[in-house]
Amino acid sequence: MPVAPGPHIGTGRTTRRVMIDVLLGLVPVFAAACWVFGWYALMQVGICVASCLAAEALFTAMRRRPVSLGDFSAVVTGVILGLSMPWRCPVHVDVVASFVAIGVGKVIFGGLGHNIFNPAMVGRAFVTIAFPALLGAGGYLYTGSGTPPTDVVTAATPMTVAKHLAAGKAGQVAGLWPLFLGNVNGSLGETSALACLVGGLYLCIRRTAAWQIPLGAVLAVAVIAGVGNLLHPQAQWTVLHHLLGGALLYGAFFIATDPVTSPLTPRGKFIFGAGMGALVMVIRTYSGYPEGVQFSVLLMNATVPLLNRWTVPRPVGGPVPAPKAQA
Amino acid sequence: MAKDGPTPLERFIQGILPENPVYRQLLGMCPTLAVTGNMKAAMTMSGAVLFVLLGANLMVSLIRGLLKPHLRILVFTLTIAAFVTVADKFIAAYMWEMSKELGPYVPLIIVNCIIICRCEVCASKQGPVAAAADAVGQSLGFALALASIATVREVLGSGTWFGIDLGWRAAAYDNYKLVLMALPPGAFITLGLLLGGANWMASARRRRRPQA
Repeated sequence: MPVAPGPHIGTGRTTRRVMIDVLLGLVPVFAAACWVFGWYALMQVGICVASCLAAEALFTAMRRRPVSLGDFSAVVTGVILGLSMPWRCPVHVDVVASFVAIGVGKVIFGGLGHNIFNPAMVGRAFVTIAFPALLGAGGYLYTGSGTPPTDVVTAATPMTVAKHLAAGKAGQVAGLWPLFLGNVNGSLGETSALACLVGGLYLCIRRTAAWQIPLGAVLAVAVIAGVGNLLHPQAQWTVLHHLLGGALLYGAFFIATDPVTSPLTPRGKFIFGAGMGALVMVIRTYSGYPEGVQFSVLLMNATVPLLNRWTVPRPVGGPVPAPKAQA
Repeated sequence: MAKDGPTPLERFIQGILPENPVYRQLLGMCPTLAVTGNMKAAMTMSGAVLFVLLGANLMVSLIRGLLKPHLRILVFTLTIAAFVTVADKFIAAYMWEMSKELGPYVPLIIVNCIIICRCEVCASKQGPVAAAADAVGQSLGFALALASIATVREVLGSGTWFGIDLGWRAAAYDNYKLVLMALPPGAFITLGLLLGGANWMASARRRRRPQA
């Protein structure tokens, strides 16, 4: 939500209302995940939501604070976290991620509104580094015998294939149409660009999510990938693959737009989104990870106080206020 | 010798818990974070610190009448550096693998603020007995802190303790290992949580006995 200089007017928007809006926005993403991965989507999201609620209840009780389960923020964290997991992620990984997300990501800073990093991404980044075997490329592949639950899980994720292609190995690039619809392997919520767009546009129209953040992220990726495309016109992984593949849209619409950990001003939000998109491209291109949305969001979260100071808005008719001197 | 400052016994006890160098004074953070990935490295570091702190404290205490105020930090550092060189060469000679693992952190004991702090606070003001008791107490406190962090990190990160398999390390256990805890972020997270726990216990004790 942008914060403009006063005077202000109160609205009926409560935290609970905003969080329910986010959950509504996530419905198409969840539906797409259920369509692609079947019951696994329900299982992962269910475990993450239940663990997040348990962690919230436990940690707020430890701090002797009133129970804050009713504001649905822990549910949102759980759903976003669950949808960012691979389909066959073991239960203990979900539980560890949820407890780290709520405990280290949120409650330790003082609870909702005081956390500097996106809780769901803190949990996701923790388990990414803690369990590299389970959340790396192998964690997405169906390895058992017999019939796989769905066809997509027998193939590597599109982002892993892109990494292989960049390393000069052979690989079959996913078509744009499957990437758009979501009929590919990947983390539960990221596969369908269509679902992310539908849910994300709902949030932007409801003004629950600031449209500047996804716009900045998508523009940055389009520009950087476009330049790359011009330099390597024969590359199979094009701008559109970069935009539709991976968790970019999911992250730009649902993760980066967390009002607590994104900048306050519209200009700041745009810079925040653009920075996130640029970092995603840097991580995708130059790091060992095939996708970098979680680390980009966390890195940009760290710059939010700077962005807030940099983009102090001008009051109506007044001069630009000088930022407060640092003591 | 006039009674100035705490007695040797007080110095010794103070160093272990009430003025624990890591949990209460927040000194020596660099080795605390860097070498607590497993118990062996942590205990080697604690031993090196015990040797250097004991030597430096005794030496400074013996020459405390000769110290000039504006040169004392320089003298402390040179004294410490002499003992650190001995410790470094000793570890390199008899524990080559450990020396490679500890890398620059043994030479870095020179700038470990625990030792300069103890020279300044205790050894440059009190006699050799108090200084030695202080050195041993502070080193034990440091070893205790390092052991607590290293235990958490090694058990969670590698499933071992002092390199000994804890028995539940079947092949499937690889899936439950928190590799992160053995990596640098694990040090920050463990230190933060244990520090919070130490503060919480201290404040709980203060609540029970407000006058103490």
